Amino acid sequence: MALALSRPVPRSHLSPGQLLVAGAIAAFLLLFLVVPVATVIYVAFTEKGTGAFTLVNFLDFARTDLFVRSFWNSVYVSGMSVVWASVFALPLAYLTTRFEFRGAALIQTLGFLPLIMPPFVGAVAMQLLFGRNGTVNLLLDDWFGVKVPFMDGLNGVIFVQSVHYFPFILINLSAALRNIDRSMEEAAQNLGSSGFRLFRRVVFPLALPGYLAGASLVFVKVFDDLATPLLLNVKDMLAPQAYLRVTSIGIADPMGYVIAVVLIVASILAMWASAAAMKGRDYATVQRGGGGLAKRRLKPWESALAYGIVGLILLLVLAPHIGLFLLSIATIWSFSPFPDAFTLAHYARVFGESSIYIKNTLIYATLAGLIDVVLGTAIAYLVLRTRLVGRHWLDWAATAALAIPGVVLGIGYLRTFYGVTLPGGTPLAALWIMVVLALAIRRLPYALRACYAALQQISVSLEEAAENLGATKTRTVRRVVVPLMTGGILAGFISSFSTAAVELSATLMLVQSNSDAPLAYGLYVFMQSPAGRGAGAALGIVAVLLVALSTFASHLVVERSQRAKGAAQ
Amino acid sequence: MAAPIPHPAPRTRAAGVRVEGVNLSYGTNHVLKDVNLEIRPGEFFAFLGPSGCGKTTLLRLIAGFNQADTGSVIVGGEDISGLPPWKRDVGMVFQSYALWPHMTVRRNVAFGLEERKLPRQEIEARVERALDLVGLRHLAERRPSQLSGGQQQRVAVARTVAVEPKVLLLDEPLSNLDAKMRVQVRRELRDLQQRLGITTIFVTHDQEEANTICDRIAVMSDGVVQQVGTPMELYERPANLFVANFLGTANILEGRIQGQGPDRIFNIEDGIVLPIPPDAVVPADAKLVFRPQDAALDRVETGAVPLPGTIAHREFLGSSVRYGIQIGGTEIVVDTPFQSGNVLHEPGRPITVSVSPRSALWLAS
Repeated sequence: MALALSRPVPRSHLSPGQLLVAGAIAAFLLLFLVVPVATVIYVAFTEKGTGAFTLVNFLDFARTDLFVRSFWNSVYVSGMSVVWASVFALPLAYLTTRFEFRGAALIQTLGFLPLIMPPFVGAVAMQLLFGRNGTVNLLLDDWFGVKVPFMDGLNGVIFVQSVHYFPFILINLSAALRNIDRSMEEAAQNLGSSGFRLFRRVVFPLALPGYLAGASLVFVKVFDDLATPLLLNVKDMLAPQAYLRVTSIGIADPMGYVIAVVLIVASILAMWASAAAMKGRDYATVQRGGGGLAKRRLKPWESALAYGIVGLILLLVLAPHIGLFLLSIATIWSFSPFPDAFTLAHYARVFGESSIYIKNTLIYATLAGLIDVVLGTAIAYLVLRTRLVGRHWLDWAATAALAIPGVVLGIGYLRTFYGVTLPGGTPLAALWIMVVLALAIRRLPYALRACYAALQQISVSLEEAAENLGATKTRTVRRVVVPLMTGGILAGFISSFSTAAVELSATLMLVQSNSDAPLAYGLYVFMQSPAGRGAGAALGIVAVLLVALSTFASHLVVERSQRAKGAAQ
Repeated sequence: MAAPIPHPAPRTRAAGVRVEGVNLSYGTNHVLKDVNLEIRPGEFFAFLGPSGCGKTTLLRLIAGFNQADTGSVIVGGEDISGLPPWKRDVGMVFQSYALWPHMTVRRNVAFGLEERKLPRQEIEARVERALDLVGLRHLAERRPSQLSGGQQQRVAVARTVAVEPKVLLLDEPLSNLDAKMRVQVRRELRDLQQRLGITTIFVTHDQEEANTICDRIAVMSDGVVQQVGTPMELYERPANLFVANFLGTANILEGRIQGQGPDRIFNIEDGIVLPIPPDAVVPADAKLVFRPQDAALDRVETGAVPLPGTIAHREFLGSSVRYGIQIGGTEIVVDTPFQSGNVLHEPGRPITVSVSPRSALWLAS
């Protein structure tokens, strides 16, 4: 009883320790997120030299053909990627959730695979498989005398991105479909609706919020992605233009900043759309025990068709992995459907002379992951367990990093920290630690959510019981809160670690020398020369394994900690 | 870091609890209104009231999880109002038990002793003793999730009494148990409290629970302590309509008090009038209150004035018969004991109800 009155618990013993921690977090976010981004926005809106407010930079942007074309190309590529990703995701989601489907779990798992590889890594493999002189076109030419321009120009970007990002739609849509209360479908059937009409009028509208959430995420990711178009040699898109502007003309040129602002606005718009779509979730997915769509049995011919479609889609989305693997063990693979001969030399090279990339990646991603979980745990605790004034600002600021494209953060760091030099004369921006900080900021929102969820699951009375038995706040955090959060914290660390390990857009801006470069950067360098492709592919496989292993580890950790805690929660 | 709480020799450290002038608000919601209570050392005391009456808030205030706007809490002569929860030495058993799922039973019970930085051997000995006390020594290496609800509850009690707190607070400790366990566990709790002689405060909304195991009860409603007394006092001499109604079934007849001195009468409705005994203390706006078993049917007790009524319905309960009787515009209930051979009154029949002046209560809200 009186639960409503006693929660949230009034915590009037605000310790100086909490204030100190909050201050430190605020300073960190201010310095490495707010100031760099604000600098970018400030530069975009001020006149070069005088510092006066002006919109002239945006006018220049609108008057330059290249930028306008780049903008529309980005919109087109993002939109088409959403369309194609939906084409891949819809049948998979629908078939596996709506029908009794052998191997549904395997399909859902395989559907995840593309996400554990940076898209630009797949780009090269896709070029070899689907390019003008790739496997598929050579075979098509042989058999039918036709070639399909899968990979030409913008098509290539759309193809690679939709194959890479369709899991976002698959995951969200499947979840939404699974959460639809069975009685909603039964009510429609009871009133005479069935088949495709039932799907169109009841099932899909109820799953729409989930679909839109996934779709907007795909849109943003594609819109912000820098490395894929660059690797496919497509330069007239926004993110590559921002990068090229800053790296070729210099950090003083305002156009890079204008593009950055456009990228931020597009991100925020798409996220707002996603949030608006998510609002509908509540009524769409009333789940009361029975939950989940009723699964229907397929007729034999339907079943054959379904497996055919699923197989084709899986083959397509797993193509980058297959291609990459072949490339990593191929001696020469050019103008032929398959490699000429096989070798392990590329792996030897990757683990030999290029092992610095792997080492750097492990260091950077580990540090970034650690920073993220420490910040995430601290912010979650401050928000959920104290009444510190302004604590929600920390949460909002950290989460706002979601809306900042990597390339924008990179530009912001360059601009903000290049002027600051160390005693030795090296600019602050050139230090490898900057890469770590940028990665940490980029991944913080995800780690924060994980820590938040972990803390939310801990009943406040578990902490009160400790205090009641004589443990101070600090001791309670150490002996009860943190041990109970371990699973969530570890999951947060691993998700930060594994995504930071393959992140490129901010890194591309900030890495100053090869010896400081992480794996993703090395991959990018390798992939640009035909001679480096084999080694690049081997490095790509290493990256995929790294991410796959850590994803698997995180899964195990979460499972285990849940089992250990059992039903007591 | 808290200094270790000094620990005198085990056993009876029973301390009294005094709550003085406590007010507490959440925003505009005045949850506790000038609460004053005196709980004696070694007493088993209950806070009883309906949901939202402030009883759990008051308990949490004593434990230090809520802060009073005004007033103080004094335990064993020491004002603990300003102390954080971990310095209060006031043990609490949570409604949800709050056992830490990442620790075994043994580690749970040892927690408070470890926080007090006691020597290893003493901790081990006291954990064993606490587990013996609740009969769970054989489950010491289990995790809380591997225990039944009743076992979890006993671990929660063991964990709290292991530190030998000055006061034991029980927040609805029986609410998560099934009906049968509840009766058993409440007896065990009473038994344990008697053996330890520890001052215990028990929060519940169940009058039967409070009546059966507590020495005294504070009945609370709307943030106000309505009455404090033994279960019998509260039942026989409720201070107001709320207490009369909350503890057991009460008949309430409304009416107007007319006349002065020895000529006072209680005018229930046209023609239904009751003389008020000259020695009765009758507050303004009082209503006539009596228990179902304190009225007689068709039989006038000495000094009682019969009231005319009609039997509206009848429920046969085995050892007794409950009649619903219409008196004017009000329906009351009257219980009569049943013995084999008794003839029951039929619904629809006119009947007289008489309440002896001894059992009549004149109460205002």
